[in-house]
Amino acid sequence: MKDENILNMTALEVARAIRSGDITSPQATEAVLSAIEEKDGELNGYIRVFGDRAIARASEVQKQIERGALDYPLAGVPYAIKDNICTEGIPTTCGSKMLENFIPPYSATVVHDLERAGAVSVGKLNLDEFCMGSTSETSFFGPVKNPWDTTRVPGGSSGGAAASVAARMSFYAYGSDTGGSIRQPCSYCGVSGIKPTYGSVSRFGLIAYASSLDQIGPIGRDMLDCAAALNQIIGKDPADQTTIDTVPIDLSAASEFSGKGLRIGVPEDFFAEGIDPEVEAAVRKAVHVFSELGASVTSFRLPIARYAIPTYYIIACAEACSNLSRYDGIKYGYRSQNAKSLSDIYVMSRSEGFGLEVKRRIMLGNYVLSSGFYDAYYKKALQSKALIRKAFDEAFVKYDLILGPTAPSTAPRIGESLSDPLRMYLSDVYTVLPNIVGLPSASIPCGFDRNNMPVGLQMIGPYRSEQTMVGAACLFQRSTAYHLRFPEKRGEDA
Amino acid sequence: MIEYEAVIGLEVHVELSTESKIFCACPTAFGGAPNTHVCAICSGMPGTLPALNREVLRYAIRAGLATNCEITRDGKFDRKNYFYPDLPKAYQISQLYLPVCRNGRIEIGEGKNKKTIGIHEMHIEEDAGKLVHDPEGNCTLVDYNRCGIPLIEIVSKPDFRSADEVTDYLERLKTTLQYIGVSDCKMQEGSMRADINLSVRPVGREELGTRTEMKNMASLKAISRAIEAETKRQISRISAGKPIKQQTRRWDDDKGVSFSMRSKEDAHDYKYFPEPDLLPLRVSDGMIEEIRREIPELREARRARYIKELGLPEYDADILTSSFPLVRIFERTAGICGNAKEASNWIMTDLLKLLKDEQVAPEDMHFPEDSLGKIIRMTSEGVINRSVGRRVLTELFGSDTDPITYVKDNGLAMVSDQSVIETAVDRAIRENEKAVADYLCGNPKSLQFLIGQAMRHLRGKGDPQSVQKILFEHLEKRR
Ligand SMILES: [Zn+2]
Repeated sequence: MKDENILNMTALEVARAIRSGDITSPQATEAVLSAIEEKDGELNGYIRVFGDRAIARASEVQKQIERGALDYPLAGVPYAIKDNICTEGIPTTCGSKMLENFIPPYSATVVHDLERAGAVSVGKLNLDEFCMGSTSETSFFGPVKNPWDTTRVPGGSSGGAAASVAARMSFYAYGSDTGGSIRQPCSYCGVSGIKPTYGSVSRFGLIAYASSLDQIGPIGRDMLDCAAALNQIIGKDPADQTTIDTVPIDLSAASEFSGKGLRIGVPEDFFAEGIDPEVEAAVRKAVHVFSELGASVTSFRLPIARYAIPTYYIIACAEACSNLSRYDGIKYGYRSQNAKSLSDIYVMSRSEGFGLEVKRRIMLGNYVLSSGFYDAYYKKALQSKALIRKAFDEAFVKYDLILGPTAPSTAPRIGESLSDPLRMYLSDVYTVLPNIVGLPSASIPCGFDRNNMPVGLQMIGPYRSEQTMVGAACLFQRSTAYHLRFPEKRGEDA
Repeated sequence: MIEYEAVIGLEVHVELSTESKIFCACPTAFGGAPNTHVCAICSGMPGTLPALNREVLRYAIRAGLATNCEITRDGKFDRKNYFYPDLPKAYQISQLYLPVCRNGRIEIGEGKNKKTIGIHEMHIEEDAGKLVHDPEGNCTLVDYNRCGIPLIEIVSKPDFRSADEVTDYLERLKTTLQYIGVSDCKMQEGSMRADINLSVRPVGREELGTRTEMKNMASLKAISRAIEAETKRQISRISAGKPIKQQTRRWDDDKGVSFSMRSKEDAHDYKYFPEPDLLPLRVSDGMIEEIRREIPELREARRARYIKELGLPEYDADILTSSFPLVRIFERTAGICGNAKEASNWIMTDLLKLLKDEQVAPEDMHFPEDSLGKIIRMTSEGVINRSVGRRVLTELFGSDTDPITYVKDNGLAMVSDQSVIETAVDRAIRENEKAVADYLCGNPKSLQFLIGQAMRHLRGKGDPQSVQKILFEHLEKRR
């Protein structure tokens, strides 16, 4: 089979083809590696690519599959992982100068899970520095470009992950989502992604941005791939005491999900000022598709949404300033050569090792936690969090799923957001809510704007409702073709 | 002249003796080459997470119950943020808002001097590493072995008025914690350290004066001296009309003076907030009851039992129960030799003397727990005589060598061979004609002298009863 044909398959199709002997895992891996070779010079989605190492791993997995020793649903399929997830013996940089040469002596729990499942890693994906950004421009290793239009950003912080899937440089990928870092780049790059219920996936080995919000999740070409990819990494982990028991998603049930009786709520607050009219039109059209498929659709008010951004940035920055304090130039990571005293080591190493956005959030976090300000900011944010939880609890009595836009606009041009951080923060307005209260959420492609840039539909469900959410998304994808388009096909389709 | 009194409060840090550290599987053993009891978690590597060792919570609750505290049912951990090279995550996981125990008390003093010291709270936290200055490299190195050793910080109310009260409290606290097995409380190894908060005020006044803090005091004597010196310093400043500054001071025990380390203005802003990586702590009634049942008989009860049931003199019972290591040695020794009084005698006369001579505290004693019992059993079984037993104890004190092996290897077992004893007795009689004559004239002291001489020829290993019997027979023949 030709590389091109292999690359056009979904991850589950590749897995089936490997199992049936139509192709081999090394073949699929070679195809991905040559796509990376061809495109990533421009897109910059990868920080590190495992060439020979990936082929060797694929050959080993292939042997196990042939022996019948591996029958996991995605065994042998190449994937890529965001570079904030620790891989033993392989540099894990978080897109920062601070950790440019950091080689963890351990792997994240999810990496062990993936090794067991016979997954083949082809590389580590670019991201905003320490996940702080919504455009993947703040990386020390340069900005990631959007495969649909390389003058535009892919979104962030899992921009490398979304771009790699959209550009067929990986069959599926893992990112992390703190306030939309999986869903918003999925929206900008026209791919699917899940931010699971908080605690479904172990965070051990995920380099922390904001511990109470961070969650690892999959990005794929369609929701079924995402579900299969999520199933590989869920479960309680003694190394992460915030993990919960989780039931794997039943893929065949998801493929047969019916819209009849599905109760959908649409918060009108998500279409208030600031939203791009073309995005609004595409999202409303997608919601209409659900009602045609038999779901009941109801508009409702979610006024608490207006506190989402301040609540999120206070909690995230507070936790981040503490989580990032360990990068002090003492034990590992960057140390300034100019340092002459202990306080120099701290001040110079951190000033030189961190980028602007990271320093901005560290300052913000320290400010809101300072004595005298704690009650006015952090404590208020916790109160707001409680109100947001209550509002969702009430909404989920009436609805099975909440639908809306993933982001207020399609992908902006490179450089636009860096000069206006506040505008960038506001682009997270819809995605931060589920993180604040730990709810599962997903984004799937639901249209294109006049520049042919993808629009994303965000789904939010109650705790542990991944089965319903994936079922509804699969239903939508069986009825529409937005997810089947990819950047190279742009000309033909337009 | 105005009379002043000191108002003192203590913050005592105690390392818990759980097998592994609070958030990882590393051992808590003291010592070890630098950075060998360390893993990715306790050295704060990126992406690692703490996983609470539930034993730590149980130990802390046990300490709370033994000091009459209320146990917090819904607790949590908080982060205390500050930069220092011995703190790898740059934050310490501690408890600010909901400490594990609150409102306890410890009784101090005797008779009419009895007094209750209030415990404000007890919280769980992780210990930091240690900085070591390397004079050769002229640099400072960090040892992370101590990072993540579980601690409880016991915060007293400002109920002390003198150094004596403070040392009495610390002794009792130490005894209690050792009894319940949550800590070895070795001050010189740093497993028990105290911070002293002290202010003075005219006697009779309600409101408190400005206080100073002296941190990380590691011996009772130093604490006592520091309190006396600081009380004097504050009184003389106030008497001279000078203000007391709120500051942290470092006590130099060699020089006998304290120095200002930092003032209130330089105090850290620790930016506490709830620890997001750990779940809230839920403590059930069942768990508390289960832990309550694990608390052993404490000092007062044990002392009474030793007197009543084992028939020990009050003084002996008092000493033996004064520290849990002594209790353990005593009970182990009594168990092995099968005679509580004999065990008590040996400990009171021989072991305590050795400890005193070598200036070792019972908890620091390096001596296998069953050694003394074995020595006593050998004497009662007639394998060795009492003086050889004493010699074995002295020679083996501080070593791991088994006494039974030692006696065998060094040929110390008693000589009971009649002919060997007779030879020694003959020689003693032959060489001491005067003593023999004295004996025959009715001086019994001479018999003791002659026994000593015969024993000397037997290198102390003769069975004293046989020696005495044979000597007596030989002397009587001369009449
Ligand atoms: Zn450790």
